Amino acid sequence: MSASPHSGAESRVRPVQAGDLDQIIAIDAEVTGERKTDYWYELFHRYGAGHSRQRLFLVAEAGREIQGFIIGEVRDWEFGSPPCGWVFGISVRPRARLAGIGTRLLEAICAGFRRAGVGKVRTLITRDNGLVLSFFRSQGMMAAPFIPLERDLR
Amino acid sequence: MKLQISTSLALYSVLEFAARSGNQVSTAEIAAKYEVSTHHLAKVLRELVRAGIIESTRGVGGGYRFRANAKRLTLMDVIELFEDISARSGEPGASTDVGRALGVVLTEIDEIAKATFRSMTIDTMLKLIERHSSGGAGKERPAKKRARGARASA
Repeated sequence: MSASPHSGAESRVRPVQAGDLDQIIAIDAEVTGERKTDYWYELFHRYGAGHSRQRLFLVAEAGREIQGFIIGEVRDWEFGSPPCGWVFGISVRPRARLAGIGTRLLEAICAGFRRAGVGKVRTLITRDNGLVLSFFRSQGMMAAPFIPLERDLR
Repeated sequence: MKLQISTSLALYSVLEFAARSGNQVSTAEIAAKYEVSTHHLAKVLRELVRAGIIESTRGVGGGYRFRANAKRLTLMDVIELFEDISARSGEPGASTDVGRALGVVLTEIDEIAKATFRSMTIDTMLKLIERHSSGGAGKERPAKKRARGARASA
């Protein structure tokens, strides 16, 4: 990964706007190799409207460019757990990495979770996603008291 | 996954060197702190030198110095130097129905352990040590306060 033209400190974290979606879709497509336009528009309508304290969809912007985004929500009593914040999406433009943008996004969403009244943040990552796993580890996140399970339905 | 003594020694040593990045640390000092033989430790340190993780320093009070990138080097990178972490095979009864079923469970445990080791960088470990140390609830940190400027970013 190359160094970012913008440092994390130069970027501004704010709630997502409809005009950000094209760049968000492009960042996600660059990172995952798959363009999911409908998915992102639906997420915007569910999480980006800004009228729920429990749902957060934030972007980091430097100049006019979106450098990254993070999405999460407060979930009450799921999996037998008291209300806590869940981060289920984070991505930083590859050429903007190593500049603290992911850290700022996570700090911002955690501040939102605190304002919503919860004191714990969780996430779920595939075991082979070393980059994102290491990022969350570097932010002090440890294994939660859950074991994800699955089975084939065919 | 049970770690061999050499592997544990290597992890202790790497964390000691990284915590005092830029300064030399003697074999005798680490051996005394962890109550191990200098002979055994010396063999472990030679392997770490060969891997480019530390380098030997000459002169009065010569010893070793950390030279890897603490934000990139993971616990698994160190473990792999001393352990065969390939898939389980050749265990008695492994080809029986019971053995195969048990193997599925043991492999699942191993994969989680490997993912955990891969996600923990040395820099993250130093933060973890510091956090437990300053909180007074955890174990003693391996060395003096870690070097400045080692904050990870995404």
